Amino acid sequence: MIIFRKLLLLFFLFISIHSYSQQRFFAEKAIASFFSDGVVEDISATNEKVTSIFDAVSGEVAYLMNIKDFQFPNKLMQVHFNEKYMESEKYPKSSFQGKISGFNLTSSGKQEVKATGKLTIHGVTQNIDVPGTVEVNGNRLTVKSKFVVKLLDYNIKVPQIVWQNIAQQVEVNIDFVYRPL
Amino acid sequence: MRRLILLLLITPLGAFAQEDLLGELEKGAKEEVEYAYATFKGTRLGNGHTIETKNAGSLEFIFQHRFGAVSGGAYELFGLDQADVRLGLDYGITDNLSVSISRNSVDKTMDGYFKYKALRQSSGAKNFPVTITALAGMAYKLSPQDFEEGSGLENVDRLSYTGQLLIARKFTTNFSFQLMPTFIHKNLVEYNEVNDQFALGFGGRIKLTKSVAITGEYYHNFNLPDNDLVEDPFYKRYNSLTFGIDIETGGHVFQLLMTNAIGLTERAFITETRDDFFAGDIHLGFNVTRTFQLKKNK
Repeated sequence: MIIFRKLLLLFFLFISIHSYSQQRFFAEKAIASFFSDGVVEDISATNEKVTSIFDAVSGEVAYLMNIKDFQFPNKLMQVHFNEKYMESEKYPKSSFQGKISGFNLTSSGKQEVKATGKLTIHGVTQNIDVPGTVEVNGNRLTVKSKFVVKLLDYNIKVPQIVWQNIAQQVEVNIDFVYRPL
Repeated sequence: MRRLILLLLITPLGAFAQEDLLGELEKGAKEEVEYAYATFKGTRLGNGHTIETKNAGSLEFIFQHRFGAVSGGAYELFGLDQADVRLGLDYGITDNLSVSISRNSVDKTMDGYFKYKALRQSSGAKNFPVTITALAGMAYKLSPQDFEEGSGLENVDRLSYTGQLLIARKFTTNFSFQLMPTFIHKNLVEYNEVNDQFALGFGGRIKLTKSVAITGEYYHNFNLPDNDLVEDPFYKRYNSLTFGIDIETGGHVFQLLMTNAIGLTERAFITETRDDFFAGDIHLGFNVTRTFQLKKNK
């Protein structure tokens, strides 16, 4: 009986370790950036403090970032971005929660995948469906995606008084490298 | 033993059940230091400064105008027939240290200052209630010229100094308040003035929209001479009061102002304001700034 108990214990111990080690990936490098063509000035910014988890078995993925962590080449633009457009005191975070489909952990090389889920920006959540790639490199996973965000979809208003013609949409770039958790 | 088995039994289930990855990320997020930003739109509240300094590598050109008194009536086009001008350049050496030079037509004054943001208002991992900026400035009067009658001024007589602390808190996104304890030393004063003068200023802004705000600024000078003792309006002194509207568009800040002061160095508007706001000697004026980013952030 005691031996049976010990075996049982070992069995569950194994399961619990196993389930933790195989499926979860955590982003060790996660960069989100965006770019927009302005008439007067191009606008670009990079956020290198994004956090993300990817579940390779279910395909579930999520990321989270602080709007304030976007760094602009022009600091004044950064202040205006936070104060006027993103209202980051009111809406400090942006997140995505969804699923990556068309992905196989065992095959190597670049795989074309699709991500569907909920993107939250400026307090507004929209369902999105964007293309991307996943590349398996040893135990590292590189996930990349490029998609367009329309400012109006997220209720981001450009004040009329701004004489610079700020583009109504921005191109977002996602570049995440995951390692097993 | 049973408990241990039960625990291990539950653990893997738990791992599978945690489908809300976003919730996990939110739980794992470390609390960071949140610094207050954009406490004010510009480096000037009205006539005087705000806690704001220029960012590293950015140059601000500031163009300030003060018209004549509205009480001049239609003959003076409510003051618009006359104008005093200040042209200045502010440059951010670092994000917290700015340097400036300027020229003001009132007394043909050249002035320069250093402005250092010493402490920043923050919340989150580090809590600090206010932002504190220190300002040290010097002004040199070119007027009257040496050869003018009755001048007899030595170089040092033309100098004055300002030391100021700017203490501000951004209470909400739309409301900021600032206190300005100020010390001014003038090497040469009129017979009814003292050389060292202390003033306490206070002011603030209320944002009406994302780009428009109303502002107010008042400096109370504790060492003003007694106006009842002098007849000549030249020797009368008043505290400066300013109301304004800030309009921000991209790299510009426009400030439309109503004030009883015309000079735009601390010496001039804190210690030498000769017009009484409440007698209607109000001047329209504006500050216009344009910021140029000379160096890009890495």
